[in-house]
Amino acid sequence: MLQSKSFAKKTKQGRVIKVVREHYLRDDIYCGATFCKVCDTSAARLSASASATILIVDTNVVLNQIDLLENPKIDDVVVLSVVLEEVRHKNLSVYNRVKALCTNPLRKFFVFSNEHHRDTYVKDMIGESPNDRNDRAIRVAARWYQSHLGESTQILLITNDRENKKRATEEGISAETVESYVKSLGKPDLLDLVVLSSSVDVPMEDVEDLRPSKKKIIYSEHKPMSEVTSGLLHGIYHQGKLRVNRYNPFEAYVGSESISEEIVICGRANMNRAFHGDIVAVELLPQDQWRDGKSLIIDDDDDDEEEVHLVPNSADDVPRFENPVQPMSGSSPPVSSHPPGRVVGIIKRNWHSYCGSLDPMPMPAGNAGVAHALFASKDRRIPKIRIQTRQLGNLLDKRIIVAVDSWDCLSRYPSGHYVRTIGQIGDRDTESEVLLIENDINSRPFSSQVLACLPPLPWSLSLEDLANSNREDLRHLRVFSVDPPGCKDIDDALHCKPLGNGNFEVGVHIADVTNFVLPGTPLDEEASQRGTSVYLVERRIDMLPKSLTEDICSLRSDVERLSFSVIWELTPDANIVSTRYTKSAIKSCAALSYVEAQARMDDSRLMDPLTTDLRNLNSLAKIMRLRRIKRGALTLASPEVKFQIDTETHDPLDIGMYQIREANQMIEEFMLAANISVAEKILKHFPLCSLLRRHPSPTKEMLEPLLRTAAAVGLDLDVSSSKALADSLDRAVGDDPYFNKLIRILATRCMTQAIYFSSGDLSPSEFSHYGLAAPIYTHFTSPIRRYADVIVHRLLAAALGISRLPPIFMDGPQLTSIADNLNYRHRNAQMASRASVELHTVIFFRNRPTDTEARILKIKSNGFIVFVPKFGIEGPVYLVAKDKGSSDWAVDEAHQKVTKAGTKITYGILQTVRIHMEVVEPQPNRPKLQLTLIS
Amino acid sequence: MEYVDSLTGFRLDGRRPNDIRQIRAEIGVVAKADGSALFEMGNTKVIAAVYRPTEVQNKGQQINNQALVRCEYSMANFSTRDLQEDQRGTEISLVICQTMEACILVHLMPCSQIDIFVQVLQADGETRSACINAATLTLADACFPMRDIVTSCSAGYLSSTPLLHLNYVEDSARGPDVTVGILAKMDKVTLLQMGSKLPIDIFENVMQLAIEGCKAIAQYIREVLLENTKLLESRKGL
Repeated sequence: MLQSKSFAKKTKQGRVIKVVREHYLRDDIYCGATFCKVCDTSAARLSASASATILIVDTNVVLNQIDLLENPKIDDVVVLSVVLEEVRHKNLSVYNRVKALCTNPLRKFFVFSNEHHRDTYVKDMIGESPNDRNDRAIRVAARWYQSHLGESTQILLITNDRENKKRATEEGISAETVESYVKSLGKPDLLDLVVLSSSVDVPMEDVEDLRPSKKKIIYSEHKPMSEVTSGLLHGIYHQGKLRVNRYNPFEAYVGSESISEEIVICGRANMNRAFHGDIVAVELLPQDQWRDGKSLIIDDDDDDEEEVHLVPNSADDVPRFENPVQPMSGSSPPVSSHPPGRVVGIIKRNWHSYCGSLDPMPMPAGNAGVAHALFASKDRRIPKIRIQTRQLGNLLDKRIIVAVDSWDCLSRYPSGHYVRTIGQIGDRDTESEVLLIENDINSRPFSSQVLACLPPLPWSLSLEDLANSNREDLRHLRVFSVDPPGCKDIDDALHCKPLGNGNFEVGVHIADVTNFVLPGTPLDEEASQRGTSVYLVERRIDMLPKSLTEDICSLRSDVERLSFSVIWELTPDANIVSTRYTKSAIKSCAALSYVEAQARMDDSRLMDPLTTDLRNLNSLAKIMRLRRIKRGALTLASPEVKFQIDTETHDPLDIGMYQIREANQMIEEFMLAANISVAEKILKHFPLCSLLRRHPSPTKEMLEPLLRTAAAVGLDLDVSSSKALADSLDRAVGDDPYFNKLIRILATRCMTQAIYFSSGDLSPSEFSHYGLAAPIYTHFTSPIRRYADVIVHRLLAAALGISRLPPIFMDGPQLTSIADNLNYRHRNAQMASRASVELHTVIFFRNRPTDTEARILKIKSNGFIVFVPKFGIEGPVYLVAKDKGSSDWAVDEAHQKVTKAGTKITYGILQTVRIHMEVVEPQPNRPKLQLTLIS
Repeated sequence: MEYVDSLTGFRLDGRRPNDIRQIRAEIGVVAKADGSALFEMGNTKVIAAVYRPTEVQNKGQQINNQALVRCEYSMANFSTRDLQEDQRGTEISLVICQTMEACILVHLMPCSQIDIFVQVLQADGETRSACINAATLTLADACFPMRDIVTSCSAGYLSSTPLLHLNYVEDSARGPDVTVGILAKMDKVTLLQMGSKLPIDIFENVMQLAIEGCKAIAQYIREVLLENTKLLESRKGL
């Protein structure tokens, strides 16, 4: 059965070398048809009836029409290994999608290893290009199938390549293009999924016809790849990832290694068809064009107005306004120091599918016909996409997913195709799903392989667990947990025991998740991919399956649970005498909520042991907190919004700020201390592969908006260090009680986000955590909902000699990529939570127009941005109607004031104004929250 | 990299995980030597030759109750592109030497020296196994008294699958690999080397696979020897 064929091929790897590989041809590869009498049918996946049509697709069909193939109406497809290989080289994400299709038991997709089959292997012919050779291999395989399965079965080669189709027909193979095949199926909704190849492009009347000059070249041609490469080499062009400004889609930044600064790219013409996330080659604009970037913007009918959104929590979420106000006079050059550039070529596309909706448009005459519509993505960084549809009436009020196919320089918008419908616009479930998709959050149920890794329920503490010499039995201790009300995934608990010498023994007990999530299992892989649990207003998307999060790992009261404990001996002044780490078994005696814990501490009549423990802990926490603040930790404020949700309809009933109590701070303090202690321990043992968390100091530029605001209200802030900033924030007390909080909120948004990293990647001086003023920090205390903590648990267990360090930690690059993924997931989870709150805010105000107080945060030429403390949102208030070009309001930038010409009406920064909040629908199906001034 | 296609179950070169490579052997390729053989495993090609026992050259090394087995291993300059392969020469020659010593009845030839010459003509993974197999054939060809035929084969563990007979690409993955040499009929292991660590349960699977590979090779070698004997028979007109 084994035949050997050695073949030689040349590969280019800087130089030409000859590679000789063994290549075995075999006769035990089966056709995969269930009805086949010759072949072994145990692994067959194709149709059972001999009269079926079996499709063989070529590489370009897979690459371009993957959305079509994923539709369950397309079945009985043979994917040849030569096609699969080509797809893998050209587009990995499409390859993964095809692979998923081929392994999905519900779909009839079969992989045929034509390259290793004795009868279908083709040798290279002299003078034949690899493409032609592969096309020939596909045809040979098609012919083999036809002769193997006999005449009654139709084998159809699907190819859009004209030459290939012609040759196939000559060789007696039936071949069709995608369009003609799908048309022959008679299913109009499938046609929407077909990507039209440019050669057979239908004239695009509807959209383009509105423009007088129809075939005008709108974008300049991309430079050929060879020129781009040599340009990059000579430093004429700069390579980098294009990041579009979230708040102004006409402005983008390219961070390039070849130039220390970020290059700013203004206007779609300069962006030259690049999408957010593309790797592009950029050319710097000549000095004299440095400031007329604005004039280069193609005027677009996009509404470029700001929307009401949540208050940002860090600098990364803050809108960046390149040109906040017009410069006072022409004398001084504008503040922006970023050199402007222009995209000359795209090195790697970042196209994927986008969520959004169609722009409202009238029904074209004759509803059955093909309509061309513009799709607006929910992500404002993505330009509108032109699609063709036969079901326009159906789609207009739906959220849909659209994929991009091409963008040539003659067309203003990229063209794409419809992929699928999510649901009705404005519907809460639809919009929630949209925000999950947008943030790349996997909300699918856990697979059976993952669930197979779970211990059987009901789980209880076994004798083996207790017999383990590494596990200490701490069930006799009075352990309790304090969490938000209704919390089911309790991952931390505490105990506090006075010792004979006047000191206290304080223990932080964390759910022992790594006892159940073993490295390398499907469960572990899934958790590492998800990275974190995501908390939306009405639901939670778990990182681990429910039986672990809510039962087996959750440190609920009155049940015995496994935990990983950090136990300190603390003096009454909260100085650490000794630290001990151990795996343990505990039995929590009470699961308190913050409110309950606070009430117990405040009620002076209660003298039971639990309350005494709480009070002891609280007094220790206060000292620790004070010491931390003295060291320079920042007390930042972020207005967290809390919804009250109707249990039946899941609609928000009430909205308000989350109240922070002493009990919250107490728990936070001990968690911080545990995290720091664990960070020290793991770093000592594994200086090169510990997963830590750092918070970089904000740069001068990032603090600029804070300083400008502070200066306008006559406040002097010292930002030289976190300590100095913390002190000056403490001194910033205005006439009203909310002033200090407001300044802190402003300071918060100037900070960067904290990130995970592997200690081998940075030097120790870079480990520090700015916000906490700690030299090192990590996450240890929430392994149920964060994967970083799972990793840290494994590191700590290895440091204690309890278990071996999984081999993945030896692999530096792998560890870095895990940390990167965690940062990405973490950030997406935050964005999704914010988006969810925003969504519910709109739903809440839909039937409740409200008047409330707001504070002015930023002055603009036509209005100002206000912050609504009660609801934690911010948004624009316009003084001038949008369509009026000129305004009679003058901006005083130095004092951050806007004054109406000829009057004394003035609005200054941080001033209190009364506003009216209401949900309006300027366009059908596009509800948004509008803020207007009540004068 | 995916070394076993998850969709078809084939390895990069079209074999299944427990398929051996194509093997081919030829006896008597160096007519002047007393025994010689060419052994191919896939693209790996090894030539070996042996002369009858001689007097020990370096008297200090002489052993009074048994023969001294020495092995000279070399790689042809054209055998590979990879220069680092060369540095393992001393180690490989020692491995071959020890393996062969275990199967030759050395006590029958006291105070003598046996020189085995092995040269790699083309290296494409598994050179040491190929060398041992070639040496076995050579010794058999030269009619040395032997306990049994010793054969060698390697198995590795890549993409969570035990793989028999790693080729060059799989070998370069630097995954764990186990080289086993066995006395086929006696079912005794004479050589066991492992490149990196493996959990014990996986190791047992991998080793079992390698032993099966050794037995398949032994079967083939026996056939070749039988063929050769028949040829000699007919030549002698028996």
